[in-house]
Formats: sequence, C-alpha cells, structure tokens
Amino acid sequence: MTEQALPPMPSGIGGMVGSRQKKDGSLAKVEDETDWAGLLVKVRDHQDRAAFAALFRHFAPRVKAFLMKSGAGAALAEECAQDVMAVLWQKAHLFDPARASVATWVYTIARNRRIDALRKARRAEPEELDWGPEPEPDQAEVLEAQQETERLGRALAALPAPQRTLIERAFYGDLSHSEIAAETGLPLGTIKSRIRLALEKLRHQMG
Amino acid sequence: MTIRHHLSDQLLMAYAAGQLPEAFNLVVATHVSLCDECRARAASFDAVGGVLLEEAEEIAMGEDALARALERIEGLPQATRSEPLKPAGIFPAPLADYVGGDLSTVRWRKVGGGVKQAILPTGKDASARLLYIPAGTAVPDHGHRGMELTLVLQGAFADENDRFGRGDIEIADEEVEHTPVALAGEDCICLAATDAPLRFRGLIPRLAQPLLRI
Repeated sequence: MTEQALPPMPSGIGGMVGSRQKKDGSLAKVEDETDWAGLLVKVRDHQDRAAFAALFRHFAPRVKAFLMKSGAGAALAEECAQDVMAVLWQKAHLFDPARASVATWVYTIARNRRIDALRKARRAEPEELDWGPEPEPDQAEVLEAQQETERLGRALAALPAPQRTLIERAFYGDLSHSEIAAETGLPLGTIKSRIRLALEKLRHQMG
Repeated sequence: MTIRHHLSDQLLMAYAAGQLPEAFNLVVATHVSLCDECRARAASFDAVGGVLLEEAEEIAMGEDALARALERIEGLPQATRSEPLKPAGIFPAPLADYVGGDLSTVRWRKVGGGVKQAILPTGKDASARLLYIPAGTAVPDHGHRGMELTLVLQGAFADENDRFGRGDIEIADEEVEHTPVALAGEDCICLAATDAPLRFRGLIPRLAQPLLRI
C-alpha cells in the first residue's frame, strides 16, 4: 500500500514533519510524525472511528508483516492483524500514553496473538497494577515516553548490522530462548528507570 | 520484602519476544508480579518490540480490510474495565489462575522425605510445578540439564552459594550442581520450571523420576 493510495487523513490528525537518522546514518525527512498516542486517546475517550482508521492504516500492515516474518501465512496474518486492531479498539481503556508508546502497546497485543495463533499456547501475564490510565496524564511524561521511543529507534538503527539482526530474529521468533543474547547494546536503562519511578510513585499512592 | 535475586536479561528479553515455553512464562509473570524492578525491565524490552514493529516494512492489508475492521468494531463494545485477576494468598495472580485458587486448592503428591509437589498444566516444552519443602529439609542433590527456574513463594532456602526468600528467583543451568536446603522457620513453597528432566544423584530419586514426571 503506497502513501498515495491511502484515503486522506481525517482533519485534525497528522502533524509535524520530523527528521530522523536513517540506517545509513544520513538525516532524512520522514513521513508525518503523527501523534499516535493522541489518536489512541481519542479512540479511548470518544470511540473516535476516524482516529481508529488512521491507526489501522498505519499499524495493521506492520502487524501483518510482523506476523508473516514470524512464520504466519498471508491469510492467517491478515486475520490476526484484524484481531489485533479489534483488541486495540476494545482495550483502548487500558492504554496510558505516559507508560508506553502506541507501537509498543500494539506490539504486545500482536505478540500475544502470535503465541495464541502460532504456538497455541497460553501466556501468563503479570498481575495488573491498579493504576489504570489517568484521565489527564502529565503531558511532560507523555512527551518523555514518546521521545524515549524515538531515541531507542535511533539507537537500534545505529547498531552494527549483525547485532541488529540478532535482535530482530529474537523478536520475530527465530531464536529459541536459550539462543537469545542478553546484551542488546541498546540504551534500555533510561526507559527502565522512568517506569521504575512511576511504579514507586504508584506504590506510594497505594500506601 | 526485598528481592535480591532477579530475572536475567536473557529471560526478560525472551519473555518480551514471546519465545519462552509456557512453564517459563508462568514463572516470569509470577516473579514480575512481585518485583517492580523486573516489571520495569520487562517493559523496556517490550519497547524494543515496539520500535521493531514501528520500523518494520509494511505488507499491504486486503483491499476491504479497513472497511471490515470498521464494520467489526461497530458491533464491538469497548470493554469497560474488566475485573483483573486477583492474587490468592501467597500466589500472585498469574499463578493463582493456573492453580485455580489458593494454597488450599493445591493437590500435593508426596515425593519422599516430607517433600511434596504438584505439577501444573502447561505445554510440554517445559514443565512447571509447585514444591513444598518442610523447613530444615534438603532437596536431593541434583544437577540440571537445560535450565531450571525456582521462585520462592513462602519461607526460604539456601544452597552452597546463597539464600533465597520470597520473590527471589534462582536460575540454574548445567553448570549448577547444588543441594538446596529449606531454612528453619516456615515451610518453603516454590514454583519451579525446567525445560529438561532433573537428574538426581542418588539412586532412589533417579528410579522414582519417571513416576514423578520431573
């Protein structure tokens, strides 16, 4: 699907044109740095179908590609991508833009769907914390979460090819758990620290 | 409660990548339920998956895909907050879900020497079980093939190297050969998972092994 073939974005969506370092190290203009988190919040708070459509156009083809790289056939991947997007709609109330990017959230849904569909196994999830999304998340925290994801994307792009390939293979289900290398070379410490702080704050509030 | 023994990066990354056997998933999810440090680390590995998804190539959906999706969500109410799974006594929520209740619902089988176990229903690529070790009792000296995870839920045990209390996880591989002993005080209850049968050093446990399915 090319950009031109897409129906126009609903008004009020879209945004700044950003620049990002490409894999070869050059700076290139990239497509609209759309505020995906803002769109998902609209889905969450107002059941906004136009916002859902924009999310679908961006994420469904990526989920489909992710599932096909993980070994699903095209038809199964298409069906599962549909399921993933339906879950995104249904569970939008659990999304908190201060905690994770939309891409991360979509990834976790797609991963669980893959385990279900391809491995026919159950996946135990950690106990849910009773923090729920705040109605008005701190904008600074939201921005920080988004910038962190962008930084992580740049760091991943800057990795030497063999290392990057290993990470991709791990996440595309190409490596068994004993083959996965622990050292990613990615700056995960900042993300961990931010989430750790948020958890401490929450524990404090819960008393 | 201070947790001193955590999950490895390798396990957390494999968990985020969805590549762990079901029995290991259960141990990881149970530890993360008790350990904010590992919860935050797990989330950072999820973010790697998010970035890979974002940067991935796209494969076009079918022509009517969006129309179908819009039609589908039309009939799909957005879920109101569903009741999250609850912990039950010493069992964090994911484990309580597998056991189907709290400690009183566990159907223990005697292993000998006062040690009891209960095998949990998981996929066959690895096995998970609850272990009940009376305070002061040693678990038979054993080495490992593959990997073995042991998460303490109650009481504590120690081996030649270290002490493990509630929430602590011991990760043992082929290198480790040890004699864990449940410490005096409370009886020790653990969740253990392995992707290979344990091999016991003593003759009797080795004979009993096929019967115990461990």
